[in-house]
Amino acid sequence: MADTLTGSAPDAAAPVPEFPMARAAGCPFDPPPALQARQDEGRLVKVRLWDGSTPWLVTRYEDQRALLLDPRVSADITSPGYPLQAPNNGKNNISFILMDDPEHARLRRMVTAPFAVKKVEALRPGVQRIVDDLIDDMLAAGGPLDLVEAFALPVPSLVICQLLGVPYADHYFFQENSKTLIKRDAAMEDRTAAHGRLIGYLDDLMGRKMTEPGDDLLSGLVARVEAGELTRQDAAQMGVLLLLAGHETTANMIALGTLALLENPDQLALLRDSDDPRLVASAVEELLRYLNIVHGGRRRAALEDIEIAGEVIRAGEGMIMPNDIANRDPDAFPDPDRLDITRDARRHVAFGFGVHQCLGQPLARMELQVVYSTLYRRIPTLRLAAEVDSLPFKHDGSVYGVYSLPVTW
Amino acid sequence: MRVELDEPKCVASGQCVMAAPEVFDQRDEDGIAFVLDEKPPADLLDDVREAVAICPAAAIRLVDR
Repeated sequence: MADTLTGSAPDAAAPVPEFPMARAAGCPFDPPPALQARQDEGRLVKVRLWDGSTPWLVTRYEDQRALLLDPRVSADITSPGYPLQAPNNGKNNISFILMDDPEHARLRRMVTAPFAVKKVEALRPGVQRIVDDLIDDMLAAGGPLDLVEAFALPVPSLVICQLLGVPYADHYFFQENSKTLIKRDAAMEDRTAAHGRLIGYLDDLMGRKMTEPGDDLLSGLVARVEAGELTRQDAAQMGVLLLLAGHETTANMIALGTLALLENPDQLALLRDSDDPRLVASAVEELLRYLNIVHGGRRRAALEDIEIAGEVIRAGEGMIMPNDIANRDPDAFPDPDRLDITRDARRHVAFGFGVHQCLGQPLARMELQVVYSTLYRRIPTLRLAAEVDSLPFKHDGSVYGVYSLPVTW
Repeated sequence: MRVELDEPKCVASGQCVMAAPEVFDQRDEDGIAFVLDEKPPADLLDDVREAVAICPAAAIRLVDR
């Protein structure tokens, strides 16, 4: 692993670098230096995965966007050459994110309605109440406390529970199992067990909604099962996907975003002292770009030969596209390593790109806008209660962040 | 300039509605986008160009006619 940090000479004898690569010590917000080095070289290279396979690594913004949009590129985990993140026994697959069209589109369109921009906007007052109540609780409890447990995880968990119709009382159960499911070094049997428990839980919950339907997304899926449009197994998998994606990602953006702002006090002051919702929205886009918490790389396989960046990716070869490095491409974002909440960062690829781009992004954006515009104003003296270097960063997860964030005020 | 949306390609990401809310909206039943104003005034064209650029499915075009 160590030799990948210094980069290797671009000759045929050079060893194939291992992927994933390590971040540099003391630079918790920056992508691994070895990824940066590959981007600087500008060409595609092959990397070696845990199973010995050697997919292509694509680091440039434009190349990633072109490939993620290309219908000859498959997201189906069973396509030949698909670069597996971890051992796959075919039992842990999470619904349509690992499928191609037309089945992907058919299933995705069943759950996109509640995430439409204007429907999400209607949820904003409720999210503001959730955020305010949790801050009231924090202030009443007094610091120091763990911001992840007290705030970052509860906000999106409460929101997605309401939207899906999942009892929040079960949050410990689904948060713990989700954590195991997305840990990239968890043993396969542990992930399979966690996945099985989540599937069982969702299936049971949807079974109850057959007799007592509510005004929620899961009840909508139950109606589709009853209409014969969806199997019960597919419905449970979609439920797991939405529950998992709905809380893990946003929680990490809240905690890591807060840390990034505390480490960039000029940017934090700019955000805190403004009541312009456009600046808040801009700060959200910039933090999404800068932190890009989904750091495992988007994984795909070529269904046909594809010419790109002076290379030919052959049919049956895999490719990995780490969006974190694309979002630091100077050709797309000038001075990319600087956090600047006033820049126009809307073209970032933190939600991915192509037909699989995150369907919950309007909800994530709205939640983050409410959080970032409220937390630092209501607790203006918020500060870290630990050294940055001592924080437990999620180097081992598919989603980057911190396991805990001790803060006080 | 005319806005064209290739509906079967749309993945309901909502990016176009965020970039140009006067020009795009989403269907109630599945969040798929539709065009509110096919010939938007000049002062909205930059927003539409942004929508074209960030649409993850390349489903939007701005054509010269």
